[in-house]
Amino acid sequence: MANEKRKHLTPVQQEYHQFEQVRETKRPVLKNCVRAFFVGGFICAIGQAISYFYMYFFDFTEKTVGNPTVATMVFIAMLLTGFGVYDRLAQFAGAGSAVPVTGFGNAVISAAIEHRTEGFVLGVGGNMFKLAGSVILFGTFSAFVVALIKTIVVKWGGLG
Amino acid sequence: MMKGHRTWVFENRPVIVATATVGGPFEANGNIADDFDLLHEDLWLGEDSYEKAHKVLFEEAFFQAMKKANIEKEQVQFMIAGDLINQMTPSSFAARTLSTPYLGVFGACSTSMEALALSAFIVNYGGAKYILTGAASHNAAVEKQFRYPTEYGGQKPPTAQWTVTGAGVALVGSEGDGPRITSATIGRVVDMGLTDPFNMGGAMAPAAVDTIEAHLRDMQVDASYYDLIVTGDLGKIGRTVSLDLLRKNGMKLEEERYQDCGLLIYREGQPVLSGGSGAGCSATVVYGHLLNRMKRGEMKRMLVVATGALLSPLTFQQGETIPCIAHAVAIEYGGDHS
Repeated sequence: MANEKRKHLTPVQQEYHQFEQVRETKRPVLKNCVRAFFVGGFICAIGQAISYFYMYFFDFTEKTVGNPTVATMVFIAMLLTGFGVYDRLAQFAGAGSAVPVTGFGNAVISAAIEHRTEGFVLGVGGNMFKLAGSVILFGTFSAFVVALIKTIVVKWGGLG
Repeated sequence: MMKGHRTWVFENRPVIVATATVGGPFEANGNIADDFDLLHEDLWLGEDSYEKAHKVLFEEAFFQAMKKANIEKEQVQFMIAGDLINQMTPSSFAARTLSTPYLGVFGACSTSMEALALSAFIVNYGGAKYILTGAASHNAAVEKQFRYPTEYGGQKPPTAQWTVTGAGVALVGSEGDGPRITSATIGRVVDMGLTDPFNMGGAMAPAAVDTIEAHLRDMQVDASYYDLIVTGDLGKIGRTVSLDLLRKNGMKLEEERYQDCGLLIYREGQPVLSGGSGAGCSATVVYGHLLNRMKRGEMKRMLVVATGALLSPLTFQQGETIPCIAHAVAIEYGGDHS
């Protein structure tokens, strides 16, 4: 728990926090990092293979291959989510399966499946982006801010 | 009769006439699968939503308990039950099916003992002849409400717990054969300022300690009076923390006489992290496994301390701490009076 939060606690609560914390099972951070590195890397390697596949067999270039590759990866994530495999993979891989685009797909699809019982409009439609919505919002917003900074620097800073 | 500050002693010793427990697929693979009356292989229970499946768990347990006691539903005066779903629809909808006069109670995962204490109180003072009481939870329905979608790939920390799919029900009567309810201590809300909903055990441990100490103080007995003190769903971390707290406060308590339902229910190697949790956890373990052990004569006196975390997803998101509660009920069997 963050230190600034602790300031609001009474001495009894603070004492208990320390008492409890030493008995808590710690997150295995190093193990999680190693797993995330390899699983995340493996997912990206599959993505790369799919890119090459599209470039080799279809009329795609390195610049245009992104869209079909992402679509394929999300499609695979959808199947794995639907069959109940992705969440098990994620418990093992952590960030390794959450950070790639497949994790984004999983966040959308799992919410859509979950709320199917409440109907298509209020259930699936209303809840599909309840996890991924903030990724889209803040992703778009940070892209906007970065683009703004770049524009300003290039125009007035004379980088170009 | 009131004893001490917050303990009821039941002179007429209400009887647990019959119990019934229903479990899901995960529980069927667990440690105490043999103690369940009914086990389901499918989490959906043949229904088209998890919430309906949750309700069916409850209904099956209620009907099974009445069948075991050979009692018609018209003979039951009240039903006192609760669960974790918003507005407690599984309990209320099961009450609709039974059409028994019904009181819904909420104590999060401590509901089982809250409802049992109230039932015993009512039966003890002649307010009813038979009361059906119970608690249930359904893994997918509860996870959906409190955490992420079931299929969402989020890594859970080792302190997290696994919500039990199951319903545990007891039929409390004024007379008959069976384990007897001798006293109950009502818990107070304890908040030690923890905020992590993935560490419920750590948050609930002080509440359990508070209630156990209050019970022993009110009853003027020490921990050795009970063959077993069992907590609801503290899990690995909560059990260690609470045992150490009790010992730090000077209680003499042997490790094997202090158990936790959340650790009894699953087998080593099941991916439940710190152990089981949920309103159905203490209900199924106590009404199934532990009462069976009592009837086999393995123990005579047991204190069940069901623990509950009284948070909602909303209060957590608004940065509030997790208030917790624990209710204790003493059950005896094979003593002088029965």
